[in-house]
Amino acid sequence: MPTKSLSDPFDANSDLRHDSACRHGHHGPGQCSCFDTADPNLERRMDNGEFATTEPHHAEHKAQDTLDEEALIDRAVESAVVRGMFGHNEINRRRFLQMLGGGTLAAALGSVMPLDKVKAAIKDGGPLEKTKLRIGFVPITCATPIIMAHPMGFYERYGLDVDVINTAGWAVARDMSLSGEYDASHMLSPMPLSMTLGTSSSSREHFIMPAIENINGQAITLHNKHKDKRDPKDWKGFRFAVPFEYSMHNFLLRYLVAEHGLDPDQDISIRVIPPPEMVANLRAENIDGYLAPDPFNQRAVWDEIGFIHMLTKEIWDGHPCCAFACSAAWAEEHPNTFGALFRSLIEATQYSSDIENRAEIAEAISPRAYLNQPQSVVEQVLTGRYADGLGEVKEDPHRIDFDPFPWHSMATWILTQMKRWGYVSRDFDYNQLAEDVFLASECAEVMTELGYEPPSDTYKNFEIMGKVFDYTDPEGYLDSFEIRRS
Amino acid sequence: MLSNLNFRAGVLSVVILLFFLGVWQMATAPEVLMVQEEELSEYEMLTGGGGQRGSSGIPAPSEVISHAVSELSNPFYDAGPNDKGIGIQLGYSIYRVLLGFFLAALIAIPFGFVIGMSPLLNKAFDPFIQVLKPISPLAWMPLALFVIRDSNISAIFVIFICSIWPMLVNTAYGVASVRNDWLNVAKTHELSKVRTAFTVILPAAAPTILTGMRISIGIAWLVIVAAEMLVGGTGIGYYIWNQWNNLDLASVIFAIVMIGIIGFLLDLSLAQATKLVRYAD
Repeated sequence: MPTKSLSDPFDANSDLRHDSACRHGHHGPGQCSCFDTADPNLERRMDNGEFATTEPHHAEHKAQDTLDEEALIDRAVESAVVRGMFGHNEINRRRFLQMLGGGTLAAALGSVMPLDKVKAAIKDGGPLEKTKLRIGFVPITCATPIIMAHPMGFYERYGLDVDVINTAGWAVARDMSLSGEYDASHMLSPMPLSMTLGTSSSSREHFIMPAIENINGQAITLHNKHKDKRDPKDWKGFRFAVPFEYSMHNFLLRYLVAEHGLDPDQDISIRVIPPPEMVANLRAENIDGYLAPDPFNQRAVWDEIGFIHMLTKEIWDGHPCCAFACSAAWAEEHPNTFGALFRSLIEATQYSSDIENRAEIAEAISPRAYLNQPQSVVEQVLTGRYADGLGEVKEDPHRIDFDPFPWHSMATWILTQMKRWGYVSRDFDYNQLAEDVFLASECAEVMTELGYEPPSDTYKNFEIMGKVFDYTDPEGYLDSFEIRRS
Repeated sequence: MLSNLNFRAGVLSVVILLFFLGVWQMATAPEVLMVQEEELSEYEMLTGGGGQRGSSGIPAPSEVISHAVSELSNPFYDAGPNDKGIGIQLGYSIYRVLLGFFLAALIAIPFGFVIGMSPLLNKAFDPFIQVLKPISPLAWMPLALFVIRDSNISAIFVIFICSIWPMLVNTAYGVASVRNDWLNVAKTHELSKVRTAFTVILPAAAPTILTGMRISIGIAWLVIVAAEMLVGGTGIGYYIWNQWNNLDLASVIFAIVMIGIIGFLLDLSLAQATKLVRYAD
């Protein structure tokens, strides 16, 4: 494992900023330049603090050289938590430490957060607390990594005996997760956020999302009779279906029509319908179209009912979709099991992301025990070579893609949209919530450990339909929309 | 004469069935198959030649029957938690129905007895029963899942709650309407209350109680399918949901027929039990 030099988050003099040199991992041990890049003005103002003398610097530097792998992970997690506490404001953190000292903060933090367990959760080794697991999935291609890990042996590799349970819908996946019947589950990426906020479930519980399952992978399908209505401006009065309220499907459809000047609550109607019923409703002309997970877009083409109007990657290329989530309490109770599950899913996701493997995966997950779909339909979705329902064969290998890294700024964007459409009205700290739920830092650790290259940061700006989302100003982004509920 | 009537009715049933299947087969037959000499283009392959199937999308009976034969030839296979044979799925559903039903009987019959014998309790409990009785059993499902936190027990609870009312109401009614003459006879013989209950009231009310049980099991069988579709996992309801997910109507129709047959058998068994307790005045 490449060692990153990390500064002690409980030290008033250390610099934990993302852009400081030590975050990039190019420096070997002993070469960390954190202290060189720290603001000299700050250093000078710290002359009264107990850590402010220059001696501890050198001592710290020495200690840094000898940090072993385990300590490094500990440090990374502590650092993430402490940074999160101060909203990534270095100056606040240092002031606080100056006043109280690092030990006090560490002790105070330890009393409210089971830090040791969270750390242990991403460490390798140690006996598994539980080897027999039940993981829920909704039978759509987004669940590919969770499903394929079963027939292709990714769970076994980490000593887990997993039953993947075909689940009737996301509300059921949510309830089974809340009730503890599922150890972990396939969820839509907004779900762990809304469950942690307590807006979509009967009880509020802290859920965590260690990894994203898929990016892209959705499409808008319209009924064949609308072949000439390809401009969203013509959709006034259309009836659309999405699979769940707290879904990227809902947020992306709303975003798309609003960008074209239609109010998604006034000018079109959006209903929640389970995906297989969407195809039947489309046939019956009960709905004009849907933004839905595959294979149901491809299925409409297969059954010659509708055509694929656009892939959601044309709205936001690389948008998150489904996710792997579990309750924070479960992860803390079963840290080693959680770690093993985390690793096996990262590996499965990475394996799925290789286009070379997609045909083989389609064969593995099409049978009745998993997706229960014609193999050709699943294969068209996964390989990206598909019939569009308009008479053309299209080729787009990124139609659905798999990337586990849960960017914190993805969560921030989702939260802005939840607020935009009035799903949540109270105020919250966007980035704080994003970091509590999306485990980007931990995912980076696991990816590094498994030999993949995670991004060096956990936030980045995205471009959605040509408009840049600036994660540092979610409220400003929200205010920039003309059509919104809040 | 009677056997002759039975025989003729049987023949007529078969004729009706064949007629029905024939109409169905003709209605769903694909339009004249265009004999395609050239190979399918890639686009046609990718759309599965959808246009060549019947335009309604409803499978022909021959398709359903051949599907039924393949399912029934190996009804008890078990290929993991999401793929089990039709026999195992039906087994799960029957098990849930019977368990919920007998638990309900265990409570409803004694309790119905008590309120049937006491006009005071009868009047006092009546408003509650009247309000609780019309609630759709499935309306309890979210609450049950939340409180019980186990989908299997929740499904059994839903069966329990829907089975309890017809048995309770019928038992109370049956007990309350036992003829006064019989009770007076019991009184003149100075029978104790418990003895009266077991030797006079129970036999007199038994046919009504069994009618209640028969209504209950019918409702329970209706409800289990919907409950399993909602929760998923195992059972005939899950089977239908999973095939619906694949838009495989041949399997759905096959499952519907199986549900009908099992429901008929459950009803028949209670009808037989009713015969055993019937008496002539």
